[in-house]
Amino acid sequence: MIEAIGLTKRYGRTVAVDDLSFTVQPGRVTGFLGPNGAGKSTTMRMILGLDRPTAGRVLIDGKPYTELKRPLQTVGALLDAKWVHPNRSARAHLRWLAVSNGLPKTRVDAVLEAVGLTQVAGKNAGGFSLGMSQRLGIAAALLGDPKVLLFDEPVNGLDPEGILWIRTFMQNLAAEGRTVLVSSHLLSEMALTASELVVIGRGRLITQSSTQEFIDRSTGNTVLVRSPQLFKLGPLLVDKGFTVRDGADGALSVSGATSDQIGDIAAANGVVLHELSPQRGSLEEAFMQLTGDAVEYHAEIGK
Amino acid sequence: MTLLAVERIKLFSTRSPYWCSALALVLGVGLTAIIAGTTDNGQVSLGVTQFGSSQLALSVVLVMAALAVTTEYRFSTIRATFLAVPNRTSALVAKTVVVAFIAALLGEIIAFGSVGIAKVLSPASDLAINTSGEWRHVAGVGLLYGIGAIIAIAVGILVRQTAGAVAILLVWNMLLEGLIGIIPKVGVKIQAWLPFMNANHFLQLGGDNMAEQAGAGVDFKLSQWGSLGYFAGIAVALLVVALIVAKRRDA
Repeated sequence: MIEAIGLTKRYGRTVAVDDLSFTVQPGRVTGFLGPNGAGKSTTMRMILGLDRPTAGRVLIDGKPYTELKRPLQTVGALLDAKWVHPNRSARAHLRWLAVSNGLPKTRVDAVLEAVGLTQVAGKNAGGFSLGMSQRLGIAAALLGDPKVLLFDEPVNGLDPEGILWIRTFMQNLAAEGRTVLVSSHLLSEMALTASELVVIGRGRLITQSSTQEFIDRSTGNTVLVRSPQLFKLGPLLVDKGFTVRDGADGALSVSGATSDQIGDIAAANGVVLHELSPQRGSLEEAFMQLTGDAVEYHAEIGK
Repeated sequence: MTLLAVERIKLFSTRSPYWCSALALVLGVGLTAIIAGTTDNGQVSLGVTQFGSSQLALSVVLVMAALAVTTEYRFSTIRATFLAVPNRTSALVAKTVVVAFIAALLGEIIAFGSVGIAKVLSPASDLAINTSGEWRHVAGVGLLYGIGAIIAIAVGILVRQTAGAVAILLVWNMLLEGLIGIIPKVGVKIQAWLPFMNANHFLQLGGDNMAEQAGAGVDFKLSQWGSLGYFAGIAVALLVVALIVAKRRDA
């Protein structure tokens, strides 16, 4: 479990992370979501003891990272796949990491196998493609068979196959009962990967909830209704307190009601329905709505 | 011990230490070979054999030691290191010990290699190492390299950039300390307290050929071993400052 309590990081006058508190539970993938520059990477670096918080603290299974003995056996992290020496082989990179935390040599071969890099283990990491570097980074994170895993934007720049591989990999890790925190600025990606979300903007917590709840809440429920007897149904829905607007092609757009409720009302009043379909707003729209005020660097979308 | 093994693996799994060592060896021993080869047979002195090691090759070793740290910052492997070993002080001390040890070993190889090549090229010269001063002059090169490596690592940690660290070290060692002697009156007095000047003082053979050695004309206040202690003291002090900075700084 990861527990952030009042985490704050200031660089001079700029506040990168502002009084951030959240928890990450084991057994599921938790998405760490926010626009670029929201403070996700800074927070992850503070979790890992690389950056010193200005205020607050963050605990991993009740301890700060810097107090962990053999930390790689507790926490595995992939913050940047390029944190390797380009002229050092993949195997040598994993070997010094293994030695530093008292891990046997067999672990190096095991993780190379797990990420599918056995064939190129002797090659210099500098010659790796982004996808291969990413796999090497994941191999390093898995080296100590840790209970807690952190990934910072792991799918950035990957091809669809790589994205699918990482997504499945993270879900499997969580299914094994591990704590998985993965950051992204793409809600659509998180919707597929994470079951829990911690959403931040401008260094502040916007919300922590399940992914489903977050999407439902932020996209709002509207139902499209088509019927030859809309003149009769419309007022009935308004009476129930639902918001009714004219939609396209003479249909009605009803918000605040589920399709079940509308169907029941129609049946009870003998109204014929030609279409009754729940509409989903796009995830991006929802995300924009929530974090719109919290984007650090704005550019007007062209009109 | 574990951390020493880690730093050893890190150092020897990249190519730059091999290249730097080879270059230092070629320059150090090579310069002696050229001098010995062009001097009349029988005229090569022991003092002359260590020009290459104590002046030229030392610079390469300083660069190698600085690179051991600055490349870690350049490629952010220092972050990977601090993730694996959150106790930054012990990780960096382990690196210093490994690099300083290798530098010292290299110093001995270059120093005795230089004497050896001079013997081969100028067999009639008296190059026997008999007195304690002569031993210090040759074997002391290793100590100089080891302590120099500590300074280079400290500078590397503080500056974090290869270009900056290398520039500082080379200008400091090869130019600055010598140029200060140009300042009238006080110049030589300041030089008596400069670290690399004291390092050279430690190596001085004494006797008649003083003039051809580095640090000649400076009125050192310390004994030769005192000078080495002073040089080492400055190295350790710099390292302590660097370690404190590294501990407090965001990685």
